[in-house]
Amino acid sequence: MAKVLMKGNDALAEAALAAGCRFYSGYPITPQTEILEYLSWRMDEVGGEFIQAESELAGINMVHGAAAAGARAFTTSSGPGFSLKQEGISYLAAADLPAVVVDVMRIGTGLGDISLGQGDYWQLTRGGGHGDYRTLVLAPASVQESVDLMIASFDLAEKYLHPVLIASDAAIGQMIEAVEIPEAVEHDIDQFEWSIKGCKAGTEPRKVQNIYYHHPDYEGFLTNKYAEMEANEQRYEAFEVEDAEIVLVAYGISSRICREVVDVGRAQGVKIGLIRPITLWPFPIKAFELAKSAKAFLTIEMSILGQMVDDVRLAIGDACPVDHYGSIFEIPETDGVLQAAIAFLNKVKGEV
Amino acid sequence: MKIKAPDTVTFTKSGFCPGCGHGLAVRLIAEVMEEMGLSDKLLTVVDVACGSLNIESWKFDTVLAAHGRPLPVAVGIQKVRKDNPVVAYIGDGAAYSIGMAETMHCALRNDNILTIVINNSLYGMTGGQCAPTSLPGQVTTSTPHGKDPKKAGMPFKVEDAFGGFESIAYLARGSMTDAANMNKSKKMLRKAFDKHMAGQGFCLVELLSPCPTNLGLPPLANIDWIADEMMKYFPLGEFRGGA
Repeated sequence: MAKVLMKGNDALAEAALAAGCRFYSGYPITPQTEILEYLSWRMDEVGGEFIQAESELAGINMVHGAAAAGARAFTTSSGPGFSLKQEGISYLAAADLPAVVVDVMRIGTGLGDISLGQGDYWQLTRGGGHGDYRTLVLAPASVQESVDLMIASFDLAEKYLHPVLIASDAAIGQMIEAVEIPEAVEHDIDQFEWSIKGCKAGTEPRKVQNIYYHHPDYEGFLTNKYAEMEANEQRYEAFEVEDAEIVLVAYGISSRICREVVDVGRAQGVKIGLIRPITLWPFPIKAFELAKSAKAFLTIEMSILGQMVDDVRLAIGDACPVDHYGSIFEIPETDGVLQAAIAFLNKVKGEV
Repeated sequence: MKIKAPDTVTFTKSGFCPGCGHGLAVRLIAEVMEEMGLSDKLLTVVDVACGSLNIESWKFDTVLAAHGRPLPVAVGIQKVRKDNPVVAYIGDGAAYSIGMAETMHCALRNDNILTIVINNSLYGMTGGQCAPTSLPGQVTTSTPHGKDPKKAGMPFKVEDAFGGFESIAYLARGSMTDAANMNKSKKMLRKAFDKHMAGQGFCLVELLSPCPTNLGLPPLANIDWIADEMMKYFPLGEFRGGA
C-alpha cells in the first residue's frame, strides 16, 4: 500500500483493523475521540463491531467479553477515562486475556486538561489497577510507529495472553504524517482452545477467570511470565549514545524534540545522546549498557514531578547522577532542553 | 416417573449454603437448555458474588466478570459469537446498584443478551448488607436498626424503571419458592431464551430467591418470608413481551 497522509489517531484505528481486530468499544474523550469516530463508520465497512459504550467501564468490559470469545478487541481513552479502564485491565491481566488498550495521554491530574501530556507514565507502567500485575506498554513517537506498534500489540497480547497498552499522547494522536498501513491479516476467533465457544457434552467447560483459582503453581507461573517479557520485549532506539557524556532519555512526543537536541548539541560539540524507550514496560535497561561514557542522564518528560526518571535510576543504580527536566502545557523547546542538559552536565562534572 | 437433573449440572464442589436459591436457578437454566438443545452452545457470564460459584456448578463455558459488569462482558461475547445464547447471571446488587448504568444501557440499546437477576434482598457474598432491593425495616448488617426508606430509598422494582422501554424483548419476575412458582419461572426462562435466540433483544428475568444464611431464617421460613413480605414489593409477572 502506498503512503497516505493520516492523523495519528485515525492511523492507529486503521492499523487495528489491519491487524484483524473486529471489535471496538469506546467512549468519547479528548484527545482520542477521532479513534471512536473513525471506527464508527470504518468498522461497518469491514464487517466488525463498533459500540459507543455508556462509559469507559462498560467499554473495557465489552472488550473483556470479546477477548474471552476469541476476538481481537481493543478500546481507547485518555486521562480520566483511562483511570476508569483500570478495573477492566486488572481483570484482563488476572484472566490471561489478550486485549489492547490505548491511552492517548492528556495533561494533568483529575480532569486536567485536553492538551498533550505524559503524566500517565506511572499509571501505565505500574499496573494502574489493583493487584500484582504489569502490562506491556508501547510508546509510539510518530504516526507510522502508532501503526506499527498497534499491530505489534495484538501479536504481543496473544503471545503472552496479556493486555497490552499503547501510550500515545495528544501530539502523536493529533499530528498528520505520511504513513503506510500494512496489508490486512485475518483473525480466526476459533484458533484458541481457551476461548469460550460452547461446551461439548463430555468435555470440560472453559472457565475464563482469575487463573490463580486453578493454576497449580501460580507464583512460579506469574514470576516467569513477567521475567520472560522483561527478557524478550525491551524495545528502544539509541542515538549517539556510545560516547555521550550526557544522555537524554525521552519517549513519545518529547523524544522527537530530544532527537533535534542531539543534532544541535553535537553541532556545538556537546557529547550528547538520546535513549528513546519504545517499551515503557519492560523498561529498556539494555539500552543503558550502550552508554559507556555517560556522566549523567536527564529525562525529558511532560510531567512536573518526573515519572520515568524513577526507572532510569533503577536501570543505572548509582552509576551516575540522574535528573528530570519537566514541562507542562507546552512541549519542551530544543534550546531549553539543550541548555538544561549542558547545565546538568557541567554541574555533575564540577561535582566529580 | 424418573427425575434426573441435566448432565450440565455438576453436583460437585458447590459452595452454596443450605437452602440457597442459586442451585435452583442453575437447574432451571440447565433444564431449559437441555429442552432447547442448546446445552453445548450456551455461553455464560457470572458476577463475582455468590453467583460466581455457578462456574463449578454447571458445565457451560463461563466468564467471571467484575462486580456489576457481566452485562457489558456478555455484550462483547454476543457480538463476537452471534449464534450462541449468552447469559449474564447476576445478583440484585450487581444489576441494580454497582451495575445499574450497565443494566440500563443494555436495555436502552436493546442488546441481544439474556440477563438473569437473582434477587435475595441483600448482598449475600459479603455477609448480608443492605441492597437497593432490601425491604423497609429489613435488618441487615449495614442497617442494624432496619432499613430506613428515608435514608436508603424504597425497594427497587425493575419494572418501574425498565417497563417503559418499549423495544426490549422481555421483562419478568418469577419466584423460586415452591414447585408451582418454579414451573412458572422455568416458563419465563424458556420464553426469554426463545426471544433471545430469535434475536429480539434485551431479556431480563428476575427470580426471587432465598438466602437463609444472611436473612437468619431456616430455609422454609425464608420461603414464607419471600411469599409474605418480599412479594408485597416485588409482584410476580411479565412486564414486557409477555403476550
